[in-house]
Amino acid sequence: MLLGLVKPTDGAAFVLGALSTDVQVRRKIGFLPEDFRFYEWLTPGELLHFHGRLCGVSASQLRERIPRLLELVGLTPHRDKRLSEFSKGMLQRAGLAQALVHEPELIFLDEPTSGLDPMGRRLVRDVIRAQRDRGATVFLNSHLLSEVEITCDEVAFIKDGEVIARRDLRHSPQDEIRVVVRGKNFSPQLTTGLKQWATSVDTGGEQITLTTKSLETLPEILRHIVASGANVYEFRPERLSLEDLFVRIMGEDRGL
Amino acid sequence: MGLWLMAGITFREAARRKILWTALIAGAAFLAIFGIGLHLQMSEFHTRNTAPFLRYQVMSSVLVIGLYTVDLLAVVMTILTSIDTISGEIASGTIQAIAMKPIARWQILAGKWTGFAGMVAIYVAMMFGGTIAMGSWLGGVAPQNAIRGALLVYLECLVALTVTFMFGTWFSTLTNGVLVLGLHGLAFMGGWLEQMSGFTQSSKLVLVGIYTSLIMPSEAIWRRAAFEMQPPLAGSLQFTVFPDVSVPSSTMIGYAVVYMVIAFAVAIYHFQRRDL
Repeated sequence: MLLGLVKPTDGAAFVLGALSTDVQVRRKIGFLPEDFRFYEWLTPGELLHFHGRLCGVSASQLRERIPRLLELVGLTPHRDKRLSEFSKGMLQRAGLAQALVHEPELIFLDEPTSGLDPMGRRLVRDVIRAQRDRGATVFLNSHLLSEVEITCDEVAFIKDGEVIARRDLRHSPQDEIRVVVRGKNFSPQLTTGLKQWATSVDTGGEQITLTTKSLETLPEILRHIVASGANVYEFRPERLSLEDLFVRIMGEDRGL
Repeated sequence: MGLWLMAGITFREAARRKILWTALIAGAAFLAIFGIGLHLQMSEFHTRNTAPFLRYQVMSSVLVIGLYTVDLLAVVMTILTSIDTISGEIASGTIQAIAMKPIARWQILAGKWTGFAGMVAIYVAMMFGGTIAMGSWLGGVAPQNAIRGALLVYLECLVALTVTFMFGTWFSTLTNGVLVLGLHGLAFMGGWLEQMSGFTQSSKLVLVGIYTSLIMPSEAIWRRAAFEMQPPLAGSLQFTVFPDVSVPSSTMIGYAVVYMVIAFAVAIYHFQRRDL
């Protein structure tokens, strides 16, 4: 909808201060669709030239920019091949280059690492960081949460079209700590007591799983559990991965 | 600017994917067979010592039949080459990376249309020129008002192209093909029924022809082109497969132009509003 591909049934959206229906604002936007398809009879250089011209980049600028972009995405050795000869990963790289050809301020990348080998994924991460350092904002839409975790500064979780949670990943290591406690004689009042430090407490038989926002609370939590009369065999704090956060925020998949 | 970029890439696609070349090679094969036919017919006339007047009328009719074949080939080529360009790119997602660029959607559609229109213009010019050259060289005949006839055939192709684009913004490639070829088939049948009215004197057949021409005016444009190109005597004496019976008027040609403009406007209107 922000790119004008889907029409809103109601209301309006703004991108870079302009209505999303404003065609001219798209000069400042780059986009890599999830399943990037293009005229496969073109070479990657021709593809970039066509997209660059559509974005209003002059032919002389493109002559200088295209070889640099092909080098950036590792397609220089394949510059004379047609896209029909490209693997999915190579097409993805060509698609990434077309999203950057007009040096946009805002870049939407939809699953940019799908189909890429580890080297390709690293390349995409490096490209994203380079764009961020250039001053561009990159929207990375992905289900590969490990990629998101090591690439993004901020993350938003979207469910049924609504942002239901946001996290600043630059600070998240201190934000969320999960503690697994194994033991016996957990009293019913223990859970209530733990809630003064924990953001969530899950009790099940001989195990309690809780999350807390600060390392400083751990000694107090342990003291509280022991004081309640429980026998503790294991007290294991671990930082929450983005995947854990995802499951916690979005809920378990009940399909299996 | 966006319009010309789209026109250029569409034209280049036709050349790069060998669509245009394949069509022209098939056209050259048609011209060769047409030339052989003319040559054999002329040899037969020489052997039988046929009167020049009769020879001229027969060869003129053969030439118009050749031009009619060019007309059919041009319309079918127009439909088949353009049928996938909108619906196919929407289905595959190819259109997404283009439609989010800073160009209006109408420019995408108009650019593609312009590219195909250019390609069809080359095809019609070469095929028409080739057929007329063959007729003149081997048969000693030339059509009346050749340029007017060629322009009418080109208009017929543009009508078919525009209708293909219009349905392409709504339906899948297959459905689009069934619809456009079905409409052209309807017009074809209506046109021949109307021609038959010359023999049966049936005003109802004329009405059928007029109604089908209103639904799809492609065949009516050809019948006007045939009227323009064949010798007046051959038409009025019904010494041709396209006699001067119920010739579509200039108003019908005007209607075809308006029909095309409306179809184009509908295509743009729907393409602007649909999700991609």
